[in-house]
Amino acid sequence: MDKPVIELKQLTKRYGEFTAVSGLDLEIRPGEIFGLLGPNGAGKTTTILMMLGLTEPTSGTATVCGIDATRNPMQVKRRVGYMPDDVGFYEDRSGLDNLVYTARLNGIEAGEAKRRAEELLGKVGLADAARKKTGAYSRGMRQRLGLADVLIKRPEVIILDEPTLGIDPEGVRELLALIRDLSRNEGLTVLLSSHHLHQVQQICDRVGLFVGGKLVASGDLDALSRELDGGPSHVVELDVVGWNERLSERISSMEHVTSVETTDPDALGASGSASAGAPGAVTVRVSGTADVASRLAAFVVENGASLVGLRPMRYGLDDIYHRYFEGGDPSGRVH
Amino acid sequence: MAAFIEKLKIARREEGGSARTPSPFWVMVQKEFGDHIRSWRFIILLAIVTLACIGSIYAAVTALKDGQSASSGSGSGDAANSFLFLKMFTESDGSLPNFLTFLSFLAPLIGIAIGFDGINSERNKGTLSRVMSQPVYRDDFLNAKFVAGLLLIAVVVFSLGFLVMGMGLFTIGYPPTPEEFWRVIATLLITTVYVGLWLNLSLLFSVRFRQAATSALSGIAVWIFFLVFYGMIVNLVGNATAPGDPTDAAALLHQQDWLMLLSRLSPAYLFQEAASTLLLPDTRTLNPFITQDQAYLAINAPLSFGQSLLLVWPQVVAIVAETAISFAASYVAFMRQEIRSRS
Repeated sequence: MDKPVIELKQLTKRYGEFTAVSGLDLEIRPGEIFGLLGPNGAGKTTTILMMLGLTEPTSGTATVCGIDATRNPMQVKRRVGYMPDDVGFYEDRSGLDNLVYTARLNGIEAGEAKRRAEELLGKVGLADAARKKTGAYSRGMRQRLGLADVLIKRPEVIILDEPTLGIDPEGVRELLALIRDLSRNEGLTVLLSSHHLHQVQQICDRVGLFVGGKLVASGDLDALSRELDGGPSHVVELDVVGWNERLSERISSMEHVTSVETTDPDALGASGSASAGAPGAVTVRVSGTADVASRLAAFVVENGASLVGLRPMRYGLDDIYHRYFEGGDPSGRVH
Repeated sequence: MAAFIEKLKIARREEGGSARTPSPFWVMVQKEFGDHIRSWRFIILLAIVTLACIGSIYAAVTALKDGQSASSGSGSGDAANSFLFLKMFTESDGSLPNFLTFLSFLAPLIGIAIGFDGINSERNKGTLSRVMSQPVYRDDFLNAKFVAGLLLIAVVVFSLGFLVMGMGLFTIGYPPTPEEFWRVIATLLITTVYVGLWLNLSLLFSVRFRQAATSALSGIAVWIFFLVFYGMIVNLVGNATAPGDPTDAAALLHQQDWLMLLSRLSPAYLFQEAASTLLLPDTRTLNPFITQDQAYLAINAPLSFGQSLLLVWPQVVAIVAETAISFAASYVAFMRQEIRSRS
C-alpha cells in the first residue's frame, strides 16, 4: 500500500469545555476520493482546518504529504487546495481576476497565471463568464469557480468542504462528475466533506462517518455495511402479488433465511425505494446469511404468486447514516 | 483624477508583467491599493477633502490679500512677512477654517474610512478563509492591509499638500523658501503618520467586530470623543483638581503639568501641536508656563526648521507610539482569531 497522503493521529481539538474533534485517526491514500460524512457540527470543518494548519490541534498530529501541518502550514498550503464551504470571491472583480490573484499569491508569474486561469475556466465551464464580475455569479457558478480556484496552484491534494451545498441537482451532478474526472485523470487525492449522503455515495472510494467529533466508522460502502453491528449481510426486497401467510412461513423455513417481514410500500422506508406500484402488490423484505435471491424468485413463482419486482438490497449510506446517527442532531439528516 | 488612476493602472500592469514574481505580500498590497482606488468610498473622500482644500486656500488667499496677516502676526512684525508662504496653510479670513484645521479634522475620517471594513468584510464575504488557505503568512495579510492603506494615505496627503502649494504659488505669486518647503513636507509626513494611526485603529475595530457598521461606528465614536469630549473632560478634571491655594505656584505648576500630560494622550492634540509648531515658526515653546525671565530674555525671532522639529519631536514619537500600540493590538487579536468561512 502507498504511503498515506493525509495521516491524522489522535487528532484532538477542544474549545474550552467543548470537544470538537476527539482522538481522530485517519489515513487517506494517494489518488482516492474520501468522503467525510457527518451531520452539521460534527467537527468536519475543524478537522479540515487542522489539516491545513489554520487551527492548532489541542493534541495529536496532522501530517499532509509527509509534512506536519501544524509546524509547517506554508508548505502544506502550497500542495493542498482548499475550498471552504460557501466559498467567497471578490465581488467587484471578474472571475478571471480572482483566479489570477490566487495564482499570484502562490508565486505564479502573471502571464502564466492568466494562461492557467483561462484554461481552468474552460475546464469548469465558465469560459463565457470569465470576465463577468463574480458578484453576478450564481451559486453553482461560484462553486465551479471555487474548484478552478483550488486547482490553479496545481495541488496534490484537494479538500472540498461541502462542495455541493446549495446547488441544484443537475449542478451537483456536473460538479461531482468534474471532481471524479479530476481525481481519475490527474491522480489527485480528494477529500470532501458533506452531509449529503447520496452525492457522496456516487463518487467516493471510501467514506468516514463523523459524529460528535469521533470517526465512528470508515471504509468503502461494503465494509461499512459489514461494520453495522448485527446488520444482516444480504437483504432482498420482493414485490409480490398474491402474498399470503403460508408463503411467508415457507420462505422463513428456507435455508439461510433469517427473517421475513412485510414493509409498508411508502417512500419513508429506510431505503426510500417504493414498490413499482402494481395493484395488490406487497413488498416483502427477506434477510439471509447468504445470497438467496434467485432461489426466492423461483420459490415464489412455484407457489402460484406472481413476482412483480425483486431487488437485492445493498446497504446505502442512508441506512448506515440512520444507524449511526440515531439520537444525533436531527438537523444533520438531510436527504 | 481619471488620468491619475489610469497611470496607476499602467504602473500596476507593468509591474505585474515583469519577469520576477513578487512575494504574496506585495501582490496583496497591490490588490488592496487597486481596490481602494477604484472604490466609490475613496472617490467621495477625495472629493470632500479636495473641496475642503480649495475652500481653505480661498479663505487664506482672501485673508492675505486683505492684509489681515499683519494683525495676526503674533506680535513679531518681521516674522509676519518672512513666512508668507506658510500662511497659506494657517491663515483664514474667518469665513472658512484654515487648511491645518481642516486637515486635523478630516484626517481621522480618511483613516477610518479606509480601514473600517478591512478585515471583517473579507471575513463576511468568505474571501478571508480562501486567501488564508493559500501559502501566505497570516500577518502578511494584516500588514498588506496596513501598508496599502498607508501608501494610499501618503499619496492623498502629499498630493493635497502639493495642490495647496501649487495653487498658492499661482495665486499669490510668492515662491517658498527652501525652509518653508521642508516645513510643509515635514508637516505632511506627520499628517501621514497621524492618519496612519486612525487607519490602524479602524483596522483594530475591523478585526474585533464582525459587522462593518459596528466597526465604522466605533471608529467614528473614538474620533468624536477625542475631537469634542476629550478636551472637555480634561477641563473638568482640571477644575476638580485645582489647588485650593491660588498663590501656591508649585502646586499650580504641578497641576498644569499633569493636565498637559492628560491632553497629550489625545492623538488629535498631539497632531495639532506638532503641525502648528512646524507651520508657525514663531512658536517657541509648547510649554504653557514660561517664567518672566524666560519670556524677557528670549530672542524675539522665529525658530529655525531644525529647532522647530526638535520641539515637536516628542509629539511625533508619541503619535508613532500610539500607532504602534494599536497595530500591535490588532495584530495580536488577528493572530489569535480562528479563521472559518463566514463566521
